[in-house]
Amino acid sequence: MLKYALLRLLGAIPTLLLVIVLAFLMVHAAPGGPFDDERVLSAEIEANIAAAYHLDEPLHRQFYRYFAGLLQGDLGPSYRYRDHTVSELIGTAFPISLKLGTMAMLLAVVFGVAAGSFAALRRNTLPDRSVMAFAMTGISIPVFVIAPVLVLLLAVKLQWLPAGWSGNEGAARFLLPVIALALPQVAYIARLTRASMIDVLASDFVRTARAQGLGTTAIVRYHALKPAMLPVLSYMGPAIAAILTGSVVVEEIFGIPGLGQFFVRAALNRDYTLVLGIVIFYATLVILLNLVVDILYGAIDPRIRQR
Amino acid sequence: MKTFRLAGALAASIVLLGALLFACSDPARDEAVESVLQRGLTSDPESLDPHEMRSVQAANLLRDIGEGLLSYSATGELVAGAAAEWTISEDGLTYTFHLREDARWSNGQPVTAGHFAFSLRRLVDPATAAFYAQMLGDIVNAQDIIAGDSPPADLGVEAVDDRTLVITLVRPTPYLLSLLTYPSTFPVHPDAVAEHGDAFTRAGNLLSNGAYKLDAWEPGSVLELSRNEHYWNNAATAIDEVRYHVLTQEMTQLNRFRAGELHITGSVPPDNFAQIREEHPEELHIAPYLGVYYYGFNLTKPPFKGNPELREALSMAVDRDVLVNRITGRGEEPAYSWVPPGVDNYEPRRFIYAEQSQDERNAHARLLLREAGYGPEKPLQIELRYNTSDTEKKIALAVQSMWRDVLGVETTLVNEEFQVLLANMRDREVTQVFRSSWIGDYNDAHTFLSIMEGGNPSNMPGYKNDQYDALMQQAAEQVDPKSRRYHLEEAERVLLADHPVIPLYFYVSKHLVSPDIIGWGDNVLDYHYSQHLSLAPTAATP
Repeated sequence: MLKYALLRLLGAIPTLLLVIVLAFLMVHAAPGGPFDDERVLSAEIEANIAAAYHLDEPLHRQFYRYFAGLLQGDLGPSYRYRDHTVSELIGTAFPISLKLGTMAMLLAVVFGVAAGSFAALRRNTLPDRSVMAFAMTGISIPVFVIAPVLVLLLAVKLQWLPAGWSGNEGAARFLLPVIALALPQVAYIARLTRASMIDVLASDFVRTARAQGLGTTAIVRYHALKPAMLPVLSYMGPAIAAILTGSVVVEEIFGIPGLGQFFVRAALNRDYTLVLGIVIFYATLVILLNLVVDILYGAIDPRIRQR
Repeated sequence: MKTFRLAGALAASIVLLGALLFACSDPARDEAVESVLQRGLTSDPESLDPHEMRSVQAANLLRDIGEGLLSYSATGELVAGAAAEWTISEDGLTYTFHLREDARWSNGQPVTAGHFAFSLRRLVDPATAAFYAQMLGDIVNAQDIIAGDSPPADLGVEAVDDRTLVITLVRPTPYLLSLLTYPSTFPVHPDAVAEHGDAFTRAGNLLSNGAYKLDAWEPGSVLELSRNEHYWNNAATAIDEVRYHVLTQEMTQLNRFRAGELHITGSVPPDNFAQIREEHPEELHIAPYLGVYYYGFNLTKPPFKGNPELREALSMAVDRDVLVNRITGRGEEPAYSWVPPGVDNYEPRRFIYAEQSQDERNAHARLLLREAGYGPEKPLQIELRYNTSDTEKKIALAVQSMWRDVLGVETTLVNEEFQVLLANMRDREVTQVFRSSWIGDYNDAHTFLSIMEGGNPSNMPGYKNDQYDALMQQAAEQVDPKSRRYHLEEAERVLLADHPVIPLYFYVSKHLVSPDIIGWGDNVLDYHYSQHLSLAPTAATP
């Protein structure tokens, strides 16, 4: 297992290199630069700024400079947040996205799997239909609708929870964003679980178990749940990566200083170093999470391990 | 392998979730402070280094934590700042400032003329690469220093003694005093820069000479300021702490205002404006603002090159009342001049057609279009570029239909990401008509008129008229304010007759201000220093 993981990690290096080069080229190829504004600067000042940020050098020199820094773990200064370095920004934004995302994902898995299994066991009955109708609504209503409605109801009208992030303390400020983030995931995971559970319950080994006289609870608990989790698990790898690196919409609506907000703004501002920093960070995270999912796959499904 | 227990996993997950939530609750902070002002800010300042800043947001922040030689009162009048008084030589070229005795940094050290001289030199130093270096362009040797041909020490700024600063200009610049209220001209403490280098703007390192000092800055979230005990006018400062909440969504600011979490919003969302006006009639503050929203023509390419009739026809056919009443709807003023109303010592010229009804304008516009050689047999087809945004799109659609209905002009709308549009405007290769705007940096017509001088980098249309440039040059040489004003107004008249741009409307500043706030004053510059505000005694801190 360890050898497998190490090999996979080594194999990720060329991928990561390619990501760095492509991201560097693309961000520099985008029209406009980090210091463009309606207030156009005089040629002298523009030259001074370009020199200060080495933007006057040929692209390969700039890449070399960036890459040399990167190898020493230096992601450079942000062009837009000039009082902060890229590492600092990622360092403060990621833990926030991580906390939010972990909570949202936990909530989604617990409620999604429970609801999905529940619906599968009562297939085509009223409870099943209700759960699936809820799931369908959850998937169809976009988060940019759910979040403001939650804020309006719970924060503005009832004033039970804070409407925003900054200046509010404690767990309360996490609740609304976590719910907004988790709802569509709950719905999606419930649907995945239900579909996969129905398949599994119809399979031969479940029939055998039933023939041996096992009860439904025992069948689900000991035999059906694990294989039914496989599609959910493969969905979770990328989903976790996406949710951990921050949901732009939820972060914008609640004013949360997470990674998603910084990423989008960095791209719009042509904040070269911040875009690159977050892309590299994100790519690394996706590679690692996919590896974790593959290893977990092996742990849950012995057939994969043997192959 | 362990058995997989559904119930157990469920229970464990819920416990874990609870633990995570609990772990996130920070220890309650000591809220014993007397008064805390909560303000909304639409984006992070790019820097709190006065010489690196360039945005409106950074300037607003710096007005709380720094102070220039001059400042503005709560009602928007020019008043003494770090300088107690000043004299101007008769030729208008030499300004002598006498600093106040009790001007202090937040570490208690005196603010000296030497600090100002150091800072003004730092602003023009090419090594600083300041965006606003050009602001000091009229000071002796500034242009050479910016171009790297002279050392910064040659700048026409001299600290005669600790209390006396002399600034020498190459031409009379009557707006110099209002420039010296702008954060780019604020002082930085030379020792702090020397000791901390790039990190001198960090909380803990930053020395401020304004009413407040920086306690903390979480990018994308909040900036926390507290009273600078050493500020010379500290006794007059009412509010102890100020929190600027960075909220890019206007809707979020509105919600937080409604939830009682903000005293003052940085802006007001354009949607449901009528409803907001209805719900918050007392709290809503709309005031004229020094900014113009305009469509520019690319004057370097056909069909607009050398075709003022065509440009005038398109300008006349836009019904500005429809734009400001039906689309923007936040009290914006229709624009028939380039310089907004409300600028000190200036009366904007207006288009000749401004006095006509829209019907008369339309009829005249059709005639002009025919004179320009277009009509049903030769329809005009143009492209209108704007940056991707809801309001911009609605305005473009409205103008498109006005041009079609009145003139039969076929307009293709092209929306581009802001940075792409900027690049295209500058290149003047693919643009025909484009959306842009200009916000005044100081309260003087010069901030608007100067960008239309030939060769000015912000002159997006590529406008060049020798008569205009000569009038601007003459205005720059006038010591007498009346005569200067005359030349500037004449220049605007020439500009309007040439139609390089279609000014559509003038911006307004928009804020929701809690009734608990005392001392709020609407003004054209939209400056609202926290030191001028106080909280009603009964106000509960949100």
